[in-house]
Amino acid sequence: MSDRTVDRVAQATPERVARKIRGLSDRAIAWIFISPTIFLLLAINIFPLIWTIQLSFTNYKANRIGREVKDVGLRNYERILTDSDTWLNMQATAHFLFWTIFFQVLIGFTLAWLINKKFKGNDLWTTIIVLPMMLSPAVVGNFWKFLYQPQIGLFNYIVSWFTGKDPSSFEMLGSVTLAPWAIVIVDTWMWTPFVMLICLAGLRSIPDYIYEAAEIDRASKLRQFFTITIPMVLPFLMLAVLFRGIENFKMFDLVVQLTGGGPGSVTELTSINLKREAFEKWRTGYASAYAIILFVTVFGLASIYVKALNKVKQR
Amino acid sequence: MTYTKLASASAIVLAATTLSTTANAEDLTLCWAAWDPANALVELSKEFEAESGHTMNFEFVPWPNFADRMLNELNSGGKLCDLLIGDSQWIGGGAENGHYVQLNEFFDAEGISMDDFAPATVYAYSTWPKGTPNYYALPAMGDANGWFYRKDWFENPDIQAAYKEATGQDLREPQSQKELLQIAQFFQGREIDGKTVYGAAIFTERGSEGITMGVTGALYPWGFKYENTPGSYDMEGAVNSPEAVEALEFYKEFYETATPPGYTNSYMGESLDAFKSGQVAMAMNWFAFFPGLYADPNTGGDKIDFFVNPPQNQAGSTLGGQGISVVSYSDKQDAALEYIKWFAQPDVQAKWWELGGYSAHNSVLEDPGFVDSQPFAGDFLEAMGGVQDFWQEPAYAELLLAMQKRIHDYVVADQGTAQEALDLLIEDWTEVFEDEGKL
Repeated sequence: MSDRTVDRVAQATPERVARKIRGLSDRAIAWIFISPTIFLLLAINIFPLIWTIQLSFTNYKANRIGREVKDVGLRNYERILTDSDTWLNMQATAHFLFWTIFFQVLIGFTLAWLINKKFKGNDLWTTIIVLPMMLSPAVVGNFWKFLYQPQIGLFNYIVSWFTGKDPSSFEMLGSVTLAPWAIVIVDTWMWTPFVMLICLAGLRSIPDYIYEAAEIDRASKLRQFFTITIPMVLPFLMLAVLFRGIENFKMFDLVVQLTGGGPGSVTELTSINLKREAFEKWRTGYASAYAIILFVTVFGLASIYVKALNKVKQR
Repeated sequence: MTYTKLASASAIVLAATTLSTTANAEDLTLCWAAWDPANALVELSKEFEAESGHTMNFEFVPWPNFADRMLNELNSGGKLCDLLIGDSQWIGGGAENGHYVQLNEFFDAEGISMDDFAPATVYAYSTWPKGTPNYYALPAMGDANGWFYRKDWFENPDIQAAYKEATGQDLREPQSQKELLQIAQFFQGREIDGKTVYGAAIFTERGSEGITMGVTGALYPWGFKYENTPGSYDMEGAVNSPEAVEALEFYKEFYETATPPGYTNSYMGESLDAFKSGQVAMAMNWFAFFPGLYADPNTGGDKIDFFVNPPQNQAGSTLGGQGISVVSYSDKQDAALEYIKWFAQPDVQAKWWELGGYSAHNSVLEDPGFVDSQPFAGDFLEAMGGVQDFWQEPAYAELLLAMQKRIHDYVVADQGTAQEALDLLIEDWTEVFEDEGKL
């Protein structure tokens, strides 16, 4: 008699149950195991998605239960896509997305490259650098709101120290030109450590012998950087860009804390507008159409990007 | 022996009374915003607890989240609140969506007459459709947007002389909107007691209702109207009238030339902070905060005084305040109605005013001693005589957010002109009323 655990479990199974299982095919058993997950997926993801698509063709309002729900065809989509405010929100989102990713990649990679050099206090610096991303976005938002305060904020005083300008002569959160940059700065401060960690993982995965071989071939440090470091870290970097891109496309909490979408609507990102439509104006049908448009946009862009990422990996 | 029998009988009666009270005692929850008057209501409600045997619980939500939190509660048929002191603008939605219990029969049965309350508050807080005798709330807290100022600065001879020299006029409580701006501009950037101070704190908040409540303080005195004919939703020429355009330009000028730096998204809290920290000479805010401001040890007492929103073409103040309603999803409606019956009593209303709440009961407002009972009481009465409210339609949230956007875009973000902002507002509101089937 075998002493293997699997055999002991098999022998411990009551005969009645064992007989039933013996009658099932491998495929059926596989279905039994994955069916709870599939059920949850259908209930939590697929059903709401289908329902949202259905609602997007109606004038449904979730706060008006007794109101007649009419089929409005493509009217919600038409209104959204022809509304100039939608495109202003898209522009604000694109500005935020592009510049946050640009700065986070640039600074994150530089920091990772510096941290990767062995020096005294390396671990301590790594811990200090990653602190911002451990904070709650609500805390970060409120914290920076104080820093940006024109009369008492440290940020304005630092800028005035460098430029000689009066600290209260400019308003980071209240100015139409500065507010979009104010939110970029905060997001970059908070999430650059995340990009740095991913880049650090990439840098540490490069075997030393490749650099040694390059040294033997008398390749300069610059050449090594562009022909070894960058190409080998690129897949990691692209992954970081994907994560940050998806996250920032749906950015909400940090910006609401900082500007509430203002001044006017210059920092009203698409997710803030979506929340207002869905849960403040209660235009559920309209908001559903808006959500579908955003979903298709993110899904489409992410798919193209993942294909590019796979190509880079295969190189 | 007789004494023992008497004691036993008393004990039995007492026990029976206690048991009967306990059997009907309910745990009631009253929902409102978290602000000074709410604390006064907690104090006041202790008497109700003692009289009725019911226990009062309170759910107070900070103002910026109050509408979101409470409207979600109502829309989901939640049972959290048995009683709700909801904003005046919610009355249409509360009535039409069946969130509030209609109180007519109850008022008739209990002899509660709406004639006993100030007409403006009954109209604004209780009726739907507007002005009809269909009551969904009892006026609970009268309120309007008013002003307060640094009396000690206004009475300072050096400052008075400087103002006279700068403007040729005496420094006094402003008698018009334009004088208000002139005084605010005079104080802007001025050095007082070695500190730079600013003109006034006004409402500019973008997210909820702030800038709308602030700008209507200018629009109403200029003669702004929502419709040409009430109930017809014909807004062209009313919402964007030349007077409305002028008032909006005035508010923008006020924001740009007479407010502290950084007040781009400020509402009640920021206004109070600006004043209490000695940054501004004047500030706008709801009368509800005035008792607390007067009691402030640093900037209250002799240093503060109050004035009603100044007129321009006419008198006009932005209405605040709320009525108290029974939530239709509550399982304890009888006990909740008992609370309303108790609250409507003249002596309870008198105590409500004494504790810092703003009673709308005529017995309080018409009392000969009322005007002198608090330094702001007379201004409150005057303000309530000229109040106007925002749309109270079931779709009020859509209407409000559209106005928040258009006004903030123009005043704070400096986009477009006042005329364009109001024209776009009409477009937004027209779309909402078309969706509602009212146009």
